[in-house]
Amino acid sequence: MTDWIARHPDLVFAVVKIVLCLFLLLTAVAYLTWFERKLIAHIQSRWGPHRVGPHGLLQPLADGLKNLFKEDIIPAGVTSRFVYLLAPFLAVSLSLLAVAVIPFGPEPVEILGARTGLHIADINIGLLFVLAVTSLGVYAVALAGWSSNSKYSLLGGLRSTAQMVSYEIALTLSVIGVLLLAGTLSLREIVEAQAGHWSGVVPRWFIFPQFVAFLCFFISGVAETNRAPFDLPEAETELVAGFHTEYSSMKFAMFFMAEYAHMIVTSLVASLLFFGGWLSPFPATEFWSITRYLPVVLAAALGGVLLVDVLRQRTGWHRLIMAAVGLGLLAVAGLLATQETLLALAQGPFWLLGKTAVFLFVFVWTRATLPRFRYDQLMAFGWKFLVPLAVLNIVVTSFLVAWRAG
Amino acid sequence: MPAETVLFFVFGGLAVLGALNLVLQRHPIHSALSLILVMAALAALYLLLGAEFIAAIQVIVYAGAIMVLFVFVIMLLNAGEEERTSMSRAARYVGLPVAGLLLAEVGYLLYRAWPEGAVVEADKFLGRTGPIGRLLFTDFALPFELTSVLILIAVLGAVVLAKKEL
Repeated sequence: MTDWIARHPDLVFAVVKIVLCLFLLLTAVAYLTWFERKLIAHIQSRWGPHRVGPHGLLQPLADGLKNLFKEDIIPAGVTSRFVYLLAPFLAVSLSLLAVAVIPFGPEPVEILGARTGLHIADINIGLLFVLAVTSLGVYAVALAGWSSNSKYSLLGGLRSTAQMVSYEIALTLSVIGVLLLAGTLSLREIVEAQAGHWSGVVPRWFIFPQFVAFLCFFISGVAETNRAPFDLPEAETELVAGFHTEYSSMKFAMFFMAEYAHMIVTSLVASLLFFGGWLSPFPATEFWSITRYLPVVLAAALGGVLLVDVLRQRTGWHRLIMAAVGLGLLAVAGLLATQETLLALAQGPFWLLGKTAVFLFVFVWTRATLPRFRYDQLMAFGWKFLVPLAVLNIVVTSFLVAWRAG
Repeated sequence: MPAETVLFFVFGGLAVLGALNLVLQRHPIHSALSLILVMAALAALYLLLGAEFIAAIQVIVYAGAIMVLFVFVIMLLNAGEEERTSMSRAARYVGLPVAGLLLAEVGYLLYRAWPEGAVVEADKFLGRTGPIGRLLFTDFALPFELTSVLILIAVLGAVVLAKKEL
């Protein structure tokens, strides 16, 4: 067995990375719900979840258990049982699939004496893969709406299909500006094309030359995930809950998992394409090399805050949880500070995930702030504003690229 | 058997099964889903040849765009199950043999007209994204542009027809 593992290091690494990525992604999805509820609550001067665990930190677990043990009802009138059951599985698997091509750090790193990359697969059409997988996500919503055999579901599904198809065009067009500048479809090479700094200060991220494209990309990305202010498919005042009205128990939860996973993937791709992915924003000079210790400082600070928070917790086991998490973070900080290789390994993921977290914050922030679009406004905005803007961006960028190439 | 051969038969078989299911299913949505399966299997076959770009485009254009519209229209019209009529006598005695004959003929012609070395071996396809784009804008510029004009005309026709109804 050990002999076989030694002969196939790539295969072993691939399996380990897939398991690790899925575990981290699903945990992130669970805690994104907590983050969203908490943040929206604070924006609206409420407390949000705060009963289950300290600061409601165990709420996602409680929700997961609740959904698993709820009665799973399949309506008697479903048009097609197979399609009805297929839809939530499609939704989850397609939105998780995109993470397979996301690079989390620079090329090959050494782990336990073997060289591997911080990605599951590095294919030279990574960006197209992400676009293809997200474009298939439409089926989950359309089929769920159709197979439920309910007016609300069908209307929600129809709305959502029309919306996703329309905004997919703006999304794809907005990416082309980046492709023109980078000259490649590989996500790793797109990030590498953003390395370096203008006049030694401003990072060469594509957000600066491609600001218009970024706006188009992010707005269409929000619309593609069917989130506020583009959440017409599930407008509760009009459609009860839209395409997932007739789903119960874990199948209902799976649509939610798909939505949150889609948010994470959109944020990851936005950071990769426009914000330099795993690249640090600081110049690579002697003076700025101190910023390598940012992950250490952040982990230590957060750990310290949590340890102080232990005193504010009332119940014993809440104190225990907070103390354990705080000490764990301090241990991570200590490990990173002492082990040079670990610190070097953590740089890429730290910056990429940090940028992603900012985008996730913006996702939640817009949901708490903006009212929902009306349907005709949504269509007019997509087709008459975003698509022409993206096309204009392509034309201008190609002219500039051609002019610079002489 | 090398892994490529196994995968070829898996995805080739999947494509054939999907195509059969497409014809045999009575509900339009099930037929549309089978067609999507066929396209996904074809994309996997392209991937086995090393044509990553074409595989991705196959999924994005056919599965991600065209079939979505198919499903959308089926949903919008709320098309029900098809009625199955018993085969007419003419179809049974003339249609089936003629169809078989046609298939054999096409197979024979393809077999005869096959030039030497025209088969792409697994992972030997050299058409990466860049060369394909260059070909489209040099050698195949005219057919490429003509196709886009054709699609544009179709779109204009659809708009004109829709305007009449409004």
